[in-house]
Amino acid sequence: MLHEVLMAGFGGQGVMAMGSLLAYAAMLEGRHVSWLPSYGPEMRGGTANCHVVISDEPVACPLVTEPTAAIVLNRPSLDRFENSVRPGGILIYNSSLIDRAPTRTDVRVVAVPANRIAEELGSARVANMVCLGTFLALTGAVSASSVSQSLRKALPVHRHDLIPLNEAALERGAQLARAG
Amino acid sequence: MAELSLMKGNEAIAEAAIRAGCRFYAGYPITPQNELCEYMARRMPEVGGTFIQSESEVAAINMVYGAGAAGARAMTSSSSPGISLKQEGISYLCGSEVPGVIVNMVRGGPGLGSIQPAQSDYFQATRGGGHGDYRTIVLGPGSIQEAVELTMLAFELADRYRNPVVILGDGMMGQMMEPVQFPDGPPPQPPAKPWATTGTRGRGSPNIINSLYIEAERCERHNQRLQEKYRRMEENEPRYELVNPEAEYFLVAYGTSSRICRAVVGRASRDGLRVGMIRPITLWPFPRAAFDRVVERARAFLTVEMSAGQMVEDVRLAVEGRRPVHFYGRTGGVVPTPQEVLARLKLVVEGRGGES
Repeated sequence: MLHEVLMAGFGGQGVMAMGSLLAYAAMLEGRHVSWLPSYGPEMRGGTANCHVVISDEPVACPLVTEPTAAIVLNRPSLDRFENSVRPGGILIYNSSLIDRAPTRTDVRVVAVPANRIAEELGSARVANMVCLGTFLALTGAVSASSVSQSLRKALPVHRHDLIPLNEAALERGAQLARAG
Repeated sequence: MAELSLMKGNEAIAEAAIRAGCRFYAGYPITPQNELCEYMARRMPEVGGTFIQSESEVAAINMVYGAGAAGARAMTSSSSPGISLKQEGISYLCGSEVPGVIVNMVRGGPGLGSIQPAQSDYFQATRGGGHGDYRTIVLGPGSIQEAVELTMLAFELADRYRNPVVILGDGMMGQMMEPVQFPDGPPPQPPAKPWATTGTRGRGSPNIINSLYIEAERCERHNQRLQEKYRRMEENEPRYELVNPEAEYFLVAYGTSSRICRAVVGRASRDGLRVGMIRPITLWPFPRAAFDRVVERARAFLTVEMSAGQMVEDVRLAVEGRRPVHFYGRTGGVVPTPQEVLARLKLVVEGRGGES
């Protein structure tokens, strides 16, 4: 089993964090994994993307050029990466911020109103987790409990009060996928 | 082995250095190796070591020169433009036979270039960017786990040969995360260093660390001794990985390029091609023996680099004209894709390999 995941958005939307959480969870499950960041010189407001490969075998190439799944959080990322998704793959897009529908018909397109859901939960900052929840429910790449465990490892102890919010966001994203 | 950690190459190298007994680090920030500096700033005080953010790269390498001369396991790191500044110091370390480890997370050049990964400092690392007839061992990790192992090895080799060792990574090796394990147990004890400048207490005469031999004949004898040492390195230290030794076509790549090529080996075999890979782990001494093992069966070699073609010269020297040697490279911080490399490989297989 091989997941080659591309995640993209503005700097500050939590693209790198979402990717590293997924990578961490995969490591906890004993899988081979790589996480590769790519960003411009700016820290915030520029475009950022990361590549996560999860495999049963050692990861040959950490560079993801034909993703099995793409999670795009803003319009420039959709425009840039829509065509790269492998036929038969998954394209999850943040319909709260992206004002056009993808045009691909050979991939599974899933609209996630991630910012709206995140705001309902109390913080737009967990929009990334909503999308990650959808991805996990669609692919089963790693289990929700591994992601929860990763949150405990990734967040410093004084931020552990944010774990329930992140878990709620993952669950709302998953519900959306299950509703199909 | 201990539990797995998910770490960036920069962080893993820093932790491996500390586990190898490195207790002195000096450096100056530059992308894409900043996480190494940052990690050292946090960790060194915890282990009773010294972290210095120096006023310049030139200062950092000279601090490593001083710390190494006093017997410490010492490291500096930078990326391409900063490594250029360190070249004079590396020449002095070689001339005075002081161990030290220098990490270069290569970025696009020349000049300030870009901040994305490149392999265009191969010539500088393997030929020596400083002056004089010197050599440094150059290690090119192909994964984060291997970066850990090679960092520990770098300190051992530096002490064994009293010579600087270069770890040649690239921006991708520095910033990518993979699971890593560190060996259990206390750091290995560095060998005794009776030559180190630790004061004359208990010893009659002072140790002197110097690279100045003002009489030509004495300087030549010093050079001959250094050359004899470099020959021992060439005999004992070449390391490589050979993938599919029975193949007909061989990709040759190190570091990040080797990861791209590893994927190409798999895709090519699904397309019915018999493709292998030679992955030099020591870039100097270059593992010529790997080529001798396969050259009789091989039809051609394709060297893949994130440069305009540097290691390919060593490949040609190793193949000695016995087979065609082709090249594919991207420059300026662009990482080649497996699709591009596979397309180029198919041209080679069809006998339309272009320049050779």
